[in-house]
This record gives sequence, structure tokens and C-alpha cells, in this order.
Amino acid sequence: MAELLQFIFSGLTVGAVYALVGLGFTLIYNASDIINFAQGEFVMLGGMITVFLVAAGVPLPLAALIAVGLTTAVGLALHRLAIEPARGSSPVTLIMITIGASIFLRGIAQIIFDRRFHSLPSLFGSEPIHFGGATMLPQSLVVLAVAAIIVVLLWLFMERTLLGKAVTATAANRLAARLIGINTRRIVDFSFAISAAIGAVAGIVVTPITLTSYDVGTLLALKGFAAAMLGGIGSAPGAVVGGVLLGLIEALTAGYISSNYKDAVSFLIILIVLVAMPQGLFGRARIERV
Amino acid sequence: MLSVENVTSSYGRVEALHGISLHVDDGEIVTLLGANGAGKTTLLHVISGIQPITSGSIRFQGTPFERLAAHVRVALGISQVPEGRQIFAPLSVADNLRLGAWSRTDDDEDIATDLARVCTLFPALKALSEMPAGALSGGQQQMLAIGRALMAGPRLLLLDEPSMGLAPNLVDQVLAAIRALKDDGLTILLVEQNARAALAIADRAYVLETGRVTLEGTAKQIQADSRVREAYLGV
Ligand SMILES: Nc1ncnc2c1ncn2[C@@H]1O[C@H](COP(=O)(O)OP(=O)(O)OP(=O)(O)O)[C@@H](O)[C@H]1O
Ligand SMILES: [Mg+2]
Repeated sequence: MAELLQFIFSGLTVGAVYALVGLGFTLIYNASDIINFAQGEFVMLGGMITVFLVAAGVPLPLAALIAVGLTTAVGLALHRLAIEPARGSSPVTLIMITIGASIFLRGIAQIIFDRRFHSLPSLFGSEPIHFGGATMLPQSLVVLAVAAIIVVLLWLFMERTLLGKAVTATAANRLAARLIGINTRRIVDFSFAISAAIGAVAGIVVTPITLTSYDVGTLLALKGFAAAMLGGIGSAPGAVVGGVLLGLIEALTAGYISSNYKDAVSFLIILIVLVAMPQGLFGRARIERV
Repeated sequence: MLSVENVTSSYGRVEALHGISLHVDDGEIVTLLGANGAGKTTLLHVISGIQPITSGSIRFQGTPFERLAAHVRVALGISQVPEGRQIFAPLSVADNLRLGAWSRTDDDEDIATDLARVCTLFPALKALSEMPAGALSGGQQQMLAIGRALMAGPRLLLLDEPSMGLAPNLVDQVLAAIRALKDDGLTILLVEQNARAALAIADRAYVLETGRVTLEGTAKQIQADSRVREAYLGV
């Protein structure tokens, strides 16, 4: 029982990170139909920039803030400099561009930073919290809390603000959005920026637990993509649920079967979803009537 | 108000409009008739800035328009009710209408006044205000699409087949609303396949065939034209 609880704790923590990466995929996909495989690099940049700023003597909160700002700028630049010039190309071409961007960012990170693993100090120390025979790092609670705050803020933004509704409108019908005067390019800009910021925050809070290096983005992008697929691509609640589920399945697989299979779970889920339920768990319900 | 001169436009290498010229004067309803695939929607999209123009020019209230981005054109006063309605299905009726005013910079009071006017024009929308737009019937969606376009506060309204797929009594209702908008001073370019209904409320008409204007005149002249009677009025 304590063992199960332990697996659930660790599953929830990584699951929260997958959920945030999945949300990043969803935001960009909804605004532009692009699957952004550089999403994982946003997480890497958040962590790595913070690590190196802290090492240079910048206080952690300020370093984190700068890292989020810089990563957001990278997200915007990715859209303006790489995606936007290829507007109108086929989805496959655009996906190739994001994969290229991902490789490019990894290469740059390797040169600017290094090829080693790095950590950050935990926000509330590293004394484990005991609960029901299992233990949890205080930083895990930080990860969960930050993920929850981001999800709630994003939800409030989409439901309560006119800009949020313009994002929903653009996702629902781009032609109509343009015809009522929404500058849909700015909406896509905005989605890239928000996705990058969310990724960076995830990278910062999870680094004390999982460590970071120039190449953590590759696997994270895959996991986040699996989360978004599992939840139903394009559904924000789906991405969150998919991420948490994926984290739990991984932790249970690692715990009860073998940690060798942990990463294979994501591939398996992507395959199963593609073949058996392309709509995912929360695939867009069509309520249109003609 | 609007003048289109020698406009050509293509999809890839296929030219869909081969030099269209037409004009819409202040306060008129001008209707654009034509069979499937004639290029009516393409022309409206060129005017709205959705479809690129290859050559020719567009002037709106005297200013050259053809190089402006779509969202700028809306802000300057051209609003389109697209073919097939294209409402924002997941958003509520109220949100659809509110977003219609997205490009406006005037204050909330003016927007509220226009919202009240839309609700007077289409009383049904008021009762449905919290419904997701995707759950509305076809006729309600058409009213919403028109209402949303009106919320932008346009001077020129482009309508693409607003009667398509509607029951006859709803067609009458929509046409009556268009007529009422004209009486309020709005200028209208109405694309229709339902030539009889469109000619009944229009001042002038153009007939478009495979990307060319083949006939133009007052609604009366067009109605009396033997070719139109045969091809579009089924007489
Ligand atoms: N997205 C597109 N890609 C390629 N060709 C297109 C596209 N849209 C329209 N066309 C072609 O352009 C021509 C004009 O089409 P358009 O939709 O403007 O006609 P329409 O008069 O609006 O017809 P309808 O009455 O059916 O709405 C047609 O030959 C059509 O096949
Ligand atoms: Mg058409």
C-alpha cells in the first residue's frame, strides 16, 4: 500500500510536468494547427537559463523571471522567424520546421551552456515529507501547486477575458476570426509566447527533482505530445488529464514492471491512441448543427 | 463607397476571377448573382482581404484598399457574413456578438447600443444569449452571423448567400432584416443564388459567370432580362 502511494506521488509529480508540456502543445495547435516539437526545448531553456544565472550569482527568483522572459522571447522568435515565413506550407513541412528548431535550440544550448546535468536548490529544502508510509519531496508539492495555478489561470483567462475568447474563436474558426477583424497572426504569436512561458516555468520547478541538461527537451516533447494525444489533441482539459494519467502509468510501470519500460509507455500510448481512439479521451465534441 | 476594378485572383495556378469590375454606391443594396463556382465567394474574400488579389484595384471610400490586411479592412468599415455562417460554435451567442465588436476602439456604451439594435432586429438571439452557438438552428445561426458582422459597426456589409439552406419563411425573415438595415442607411453587397429573392430587395445587380461579369443593371432590368429569367429565375 505504501509502495503504491509512493508510485502515485512520483507519478503525479512528473504527470504535472507532462500536463504543462501537453498544454503548450494544445495552445499552439489550437491557434495554428501546428504540432510544435520544440515544446520540450522551452522546458529545457527554463531550467538551464535559471541554472546558469544562479551560478553567475543572480538570486533564484530573479533568475527564474529572466529565464521565463528569455524563453518567451525564444517562443516568439520561433514563430516569427521560422514558422511565419513558411505560412501556407503543408502541416508536414511545418512539423519538420519545429523539429529543426528543436535540434537547433539543443545545439545552441550545448554551446552556450554545457553537456552536463544540473540541478537547482529546492524552494523548501529537501527534507522528505512522510505520508502514509510513503515520502514526498517538498519540491514535488511546489511542482503540483505551480501546475495547478497555471491551469487555473489559463482557464480563467480563456473563460473570462475577451482576448481569451478571441483565442478560442481563432481555434474554432480561423476564417470567421479574420472576418471579424481578429489579427490571427498576433493570436498565434501570443500562443507561442504563452506556451514557451508555461514550458519554462515547468522546467524551472522540476529541475530540483529531475535535473536538467541541454537535451531533456526531446523526451519531454514526446511525453507532452503523448499526454495531449491521450487527452484528445486540441483539448486543454484533455492535456491536463492526459499528462497526469501518463505520469501515473509511467510510475506504476516503472515500479511494478521495470523502469526500463518507463519511456516506452509513451510510445505505446501514442500508438494505441492513434489506432484505437484518435479522438483521445476528451476529443472535441462536435455540437455544431447544420 | 466601394469600387472594384479589373480584379483578378487565383488559387494556385488556376485563375478564378478574370478581371472583375463593379461598384457599390452609398446606401444601395447591390446583388451579385451567379451559379455554383462562378467566383462570388472568391470576390467577397478578395474584398475582405482573405484571398490575395493578383491584379486590379479596390477602393473603399476613396482609399486604395487592396494591400491592407483583413483586420484593418474590418476596422475601416467592411464586414462580411461568410458563406455557411461560420459562427464560433463553442462560444455562447453573447460571446459571438461581443467578439464581433473586436476591432472597435469606441467605448463600451456604443457597443452596448449596437448590441441592443441587433437584439431588436433579431429578438430570438436575446433569449438564446447564453447558449453555445453550435447548438442553434440554421436560421438562428444565420441571424447570429449577421448580428456578429453588424457588431463591427460596418459601413458596408457583405453577405454571402444568407438564404442558403433556410426554410422559406426564414428566408423572408432574413431578407426583411437586410431590407431594414438598408433603411437604416447601411450599404450592402448581397451574394445570392436565390435570384428572385435578391432582386426583390436590390437596387442594382451584377451577374457573374465563371469569373467574369456578364451582365449588370438595375434590379428591374436584370429581372426582365431573358437570359436571367431562363438561367436564374426558372421562367
Ligand atoms: N480553396 C480553393 N482552392 C482551389 N480552388 C477554389 C477554392 N475555392 C474556390 N475555388 C474555385 O474557384 C472558383 C470560384 O469559386 P467560388 O467559391 O468563389 O464560387 P461561388 O460563386 O462562391 O460558388 P458557390 O455558389 O458554390 O458558393 C470555382 O471554380 C472553385 O472551384
Ligand atoms: Mg460561394
